[in-house]
Amino acid sequence: MSAVWHQKDLLSLRELSVDELNQVLATAKVFKEILGRPIKKVPSLQGRTVVNLFVEPSTRTKISFELAAVRLSADVVSLDKDSSSLRKGETLSDTAKNLEALQAGVIVIRHRSAGAAHFLSRRLKASVINAGDGAHEHPTQGLLDTFTIQERLGKLEGVRVLIVGDIIHSRVARSNLWALTKLGAKVTLVGPPTLLPKEFAELGVKVAYDLDQELEQADVINLLRIQHERMVQARLPSVGEYAGLFGLNLDRFKRCKPGVLLMHPGPVHRGVEIASELADGAQSVILDQVTNGLAVRMAVLYLVSGGRGLGES
Amino acid sequence: MSEILLQGGRVLDPGSKRDGPGDVLIRDGKIAAGKPSKDAVVVKVDGLVVTPGLIDPHVHLREPGQSAKETIATGTAAAVAGGFTSVIAMPNTSPVADGPNTIAWMRQRAKETGVAHVFATGAISLGQKGEALAPIGALRQAGVVAITDDGHCIQSAELMRRALEYAKMFDLPVLDHCEDKSLSAGGVMNEGKWSRILGLPGWPGIAEEVIVARNALLAELTGARVVCQHLSSAGSVRILREARARGVRIDGEASPHHLCLTEELVEGYDTNFKMNPPLRTAADVKAVGEAVADGTIRFLATDHAPHCSYEKEVEFDEAPFGVVGLETALGVYLTELVHGQRMALADVVSKMTNLPSDYFGLGRGTLNEGAPADVTVIDLERKWTVRKEEFRSKSRNTPFEGRELKGRAVFTIVGGELRHDLDGRAPKK
Repeated sequence: MSAVWHQKDLLSLRELSVDELNQVLATAKVFKEILGRPIKKVPSLQGRTVVNLFVEPSTRTKISFELAAVRLSADVVSLDKDSSSLRKGETLSDTAKNLEALQAGVIVIRHRSAGAAHFLSRRLKASVINAGDGAHEHPTQGLLDTFTIQERLGKLEGVRVLIVGDIIHSRVARSNLWALTKLGAKVTLVGPPTLLPKEFAELGVKVAYDLDQELEQADVINLLRIQHERMVQARLPSVGEYAGLFGLNLDRFKRCKPGVLLMHPGPVHRGVEIASELADGAQSVILDQVTNGLAVRMAVLYLVSGGRGLGES
Repeated sequence: MSEILLQGGRVLDPGSKRDGPGDVLIRDGKIAAGKPSKDAVVVKVDGLVVTPGLIDPHVHLREPGQSAKETIATGTAAAVAGGFTSVIAMPNTSPVADGPNTIAWMRQRAKETGVAHVFATGAISLGQKGEALAPIGALRQAGVVAITDDGHCIQSAELMRRALEYAKMFDLPVLDHCEDKSLSAGGVMNEGKWSRILGLPGWPGIAEEVIVARNALLAELTGARVVCQHLSSAGSVRILREARARGVRIDGEASPHHLCLTEELVEGYDTNFKMNPPLRTAADVKAVGEAVADGTIRFLATDHAPHCSYEKEVEFDEAPFGVVGLETALGVYLTELVHGQRMALADVVSKMTNLPSDYFGLGRGTLNEGAPADVTVIDLERKWTVRKEEFRSKSRNTPFEGRELKGRAVFTIVGGELRHDLDGRAPKK
């Protein structure tokens, strides 16, 4: 595969080509190998500055990006809403101009508003990486999930992936469905109609409302977090009812394929989305996802910074 | 005595079923008959269409209180640049125009600073809060031509019913922005495929349709005149058509953007495509256009809604709704409806002249002798490109930037005064 990455930014997976997706995955594979070495640091981004602008709170994604940048030898600055002038009413536009003036090379942004990364990218010469924008996309999560499936199953073509839960509010579901369908996987979304609007069927995936009907064919089950904070009461009678209809419990697990992969973007609500025993069980790849997230984020930071030549064959 | 002679144009006055070559003489602010005097200013309008001055029944002039966005002076300057000689101003100013003092202030201000006629509307409810009726009788006496809580649909069906019953006493039109807030809550773009892709909260067509249906039932019950503003969905159009077929006194408006733009334009999160109601699907655009063409929708209305650049240059969900329209509307209507073969020119002009004038009792919209000399001269074939830097409006929030349009107002005459001369062609007196 030749180097095809020419993007300044990573804003969404919908806007990436198959070749670009494959290049990120191949590059991540190289970084994962490096992460297995005793000396885990490479000098690729030495002298470059990565700013993590986390306007919406996040722990694991922020730490993952920080560590990825450190492993690439970049200088890293992390800002959250409380420590930045956004709290004092500064607009995102003004924050962007200030970051530009400080000559940051890469801005990693997490924001509650869909489109915030696009907003920054139009105003900045710096590279912008979307670390989650509202309910739009979470591209590095989609990439790390895809990477994990490919690593474990050896392929993506024809792999049947179930994504279960609060689809309407999920940027993880959106990024997953674009990456997976572009790379040949068959994606089925499952959830109650209040959280899974029918228009998703126009995006190249199957939409289903009965988890029990879908379990047996699945090679991968990705269980999304039920986000209490985003749930309007009218969408779901109770978390308990959700767990009964859409939670992966032991009975349901017995009917799954033996080699099924169980995924969750975290943080897990044990006993709601997935039984505690299954989250910790042999089929769970939840912690692989976290490790792979680091490799994928290194790959993305490297590529948007103009890195070439890794992962080519 | 001042005279202007518009010589050699095609005179199109749909209200009096006139369409043919001729001259239009203006004397002392009125349309006149007979021969011009030798001092008359002669403006050659060969190849151009002379129509009654265009009327926009839905604009936001932002004064009082929001003059960073627009003023009566700049808003009416934008109007005449776009060919409009009269505008009907919405009451969502600061303070809200919910009492006679604000109306009186506004009308006085318009007299002093406006370059087009400004007709006022008053609020339906105090503070546009949807809770208690505004003093509708006093507003009527202060000169409003309609009442509306535009931008804030009356949510209580009971209050809407009482407002209609009360307004019926004066036969005063009631204009409603149709939006069931429980169904649109938080929505910032059309609910559908693109809101799912973009992860933006959806504002579904059903939220408009539920209120159009309610308004049709209440209009039928009360006999009041109701206008459903800026209709955006195919379902709304169907309900309106059915109600009108039963003889209900309900009408609709269509805005330029809902006649030609669709939801996928939001793809880049450009807030100049954020308006309320939102851009919808191609099927909705088609249905709204058909309803305009077949008369189900009586009015063409810009919903000119200026906002400062710094207000619009924010995250999509944080940005205010609305786009400017006065300076692009005529070009869009002519390009999309007339050149696009969807409507005859006379029908488009009628919707912008005699129909709104007659409905709101404005006493203009015609070129008959003795009528106020509000005249628009249109070059149907004029090709031009929308450039927001050239706007007279204080604001630049247009969804039509860079768009090629065909058809433009070249002269606008308000009360016998030449207020817009696109190419500076009129001889100086």
